[in-house]
Amino acid sequence: MRKNQQTGKSRQRREGAIRLFFFFVALTSITILTLIVVFLFWEGLPIFSEVSVYDFLFGRYWYPTDDPPDFGIFPLIVASLTVTAMSAVISIPLGVMTALYLAESASARLREWVKPIVELLAALPSVVIGFFGMVIVAPFLQEILDIPTGLNLFNASLMLAFMSVPTICSISEDAIYSVPIELKEASLALGATQWETIARVILPASLSGISTAIILGMSRAIGETMVVLMIAGGSAQLPSSIFDPVRPMPASIAAEMAEAPFRSDHYYALFATGVVLFAFTLLFNLVSEHISNKYRQVGAATL
Amino acid sequence: MNKSSLLRRRKLAQVAIFGLFRLSAAINGIALLIVVYFLVARGWRAINWTFLTQPPMDSMTKGGILPCIVGTLCLSLGAILVALPIGVASAIYLNEYARPGRLLRAIRIGINNLAGVPSVVFGLFGLAFFVVWLKMGVSILAGSLTLGVLTLPVIIGSSEEALRSVPDTYREASLGLGATKWQTIYKVVLPAALPGILTGAILGISRAAGETAPIMFTAAVFYTPSLPTSVFDEIMALPYHIYVLATAGTEIEATRHLQYGTSLVLIVLVFGLNLIAIIYRARLQRRM
Repeated sequence: MRKNQQTGKSRQRREGAIRLFFFFVALTSITILTLIVVFLFWEGLPIFSEVSVYDFLFGRYWYPTDDPPDFGIFPLIVASLTVTAMSAVISIPLGVMTALYLAESASARLREWVKPIVELLAALPSVVIGFFGMVIVAPFLQEILDIPTGLNLFNASLMLAFMSVPTICSISEDAIYSVPIELKEASLALGATQWETIARVILPASLSGISTAIILGMSRAIGETMVVLMIAGGSAQLPSSIFDPVRPMPASIAAEMAEAPFRSDHYYALFATGVVLFAFTLLFNLVSEHISNKYRQVGAATL
Repeated sequence: MNKSSLLRRRKLAQVAIFGLFRLSAAINGIALLIVVYFLVARGWRAINWTFLTQPPMDSMTKGGILPCIVGTLCLSLGAILVALPIGVASAIYLNEYARPGRLLRAIRIGINNLAGVPSVVFGLFGLAFFVVWLKMGVSILAGSLTLGVLTLPVIIGSSEEALRSVPDTYREASLGLGATKWQTIYKVVLPAALPGILTGAILGISRAAGETAPIMFTAAVFYTPSLPTSVFDEIMALPYHIYVLATAGTEIEATRHLQYGTSLVLIVLVFGLNLIAIIYRARLQRRM
């Protein structure tokens, strides 16, 4: 009896230790996120002894290797935002409609084919899409539109769109699926057609999930590197047309880091650009988090 | 009369809209087909035994891509060695131990935001932390760790899903027989979730194999003739090789066929891994 109690106690201690172990491992993600922030700032902040935060963010000229250098990333920020916005114009309708097709109109057989296609699209390495955009799409655009270069804002947005479609599609699809079946049945029973049911019942009910999907898709687009590095054209100027070459933030970091001397002002400036880029994606993610928490659909009752 | 024409209009709207949905889905398939078509049509001629088993020659205008294949395998396997244990353990905590509350929400927000960090920022982090601060230098080790960190949220997500799909009755039966929580997890829950976890691991490897930006500053170099002998060596990698050949060489046009060939090898690797995972998962779902 006594022995049993003892082993019971040591068993409990062991269980507690194991639980604690898993708890600490689970903290890894937060720890790494914190380390990312710390090291980005650590290597990025020194640039602000050279330029003010305002001049860095809103300076119109990015000539990091000139003498004296100019560290204004405004054209890079504008490039990132336009590329993202333009790709969203394509990817949002395409992603949401594909999700609706998968969830509402496809037969089970076709679903089994279309779903893997979307997954494979998501699995395409970004460098391959960049390469494709460079050697196939760019010459094609240059030819048919008669423009000086096919490596431009439009091409980059188009390729980025295909990278964010799978994200938008799969998260939207989950959101559409999570709409309680009773809502759908009630609408159909009242004589609404399938499309009327989708437009008036299913879409409103899954709107928060679809918004989350769209924001995460855009977050993926703004942070995507290889596509904009290889296709956007690389010019650090404010664009005046959608066929102008641009230089989004990730492209600038990836292209220049190899040349920037270790811990030079240029190196610090690139890390500071990384901080700005990170801040954008963090913002996107927190907004989507907020939306999905605030408007979470719980059963049919909250509608 | 009027009523039936209204009905007809409503039905017509339905047909038109569903046609649009179908078109969207088709556009995805067509896009994928076009990309694959061009890579295969222009790349397959470059692929032969020499291409797969020789290092690049004549300042990368001839020869093969063996060091890149080896490098990508090292990096993606290294990444999964880092991400799998941490990811599965995190998922076990989240799904088996954690109780709802502020702490759990904080951990989840951390994971979601880690998943949203741009790949080039992972590269910067790897450079500042692994390469410089931990003095690993540009090496397989630094690259694998960077890629591992990037793959972590993917592994946590898929492992959690796998654990969640294990019916609670399994756990209750085991606990009811007097097993402790850990014994239950180790002997009952984990084996049942293993296929799902492995599927996630395969997808994680494929994701790590295709990433370029995170290894640009942490592991990959333009050219190194020798195969790696230790984890502190720099290496070549397939994605980076494509980028270098397509943008930085002096012979960009002359090496086009090598660029197509390398791209084809990379997507065969990535798609192969994905197809294994997709088929494996379809079988699992049918069994359940």
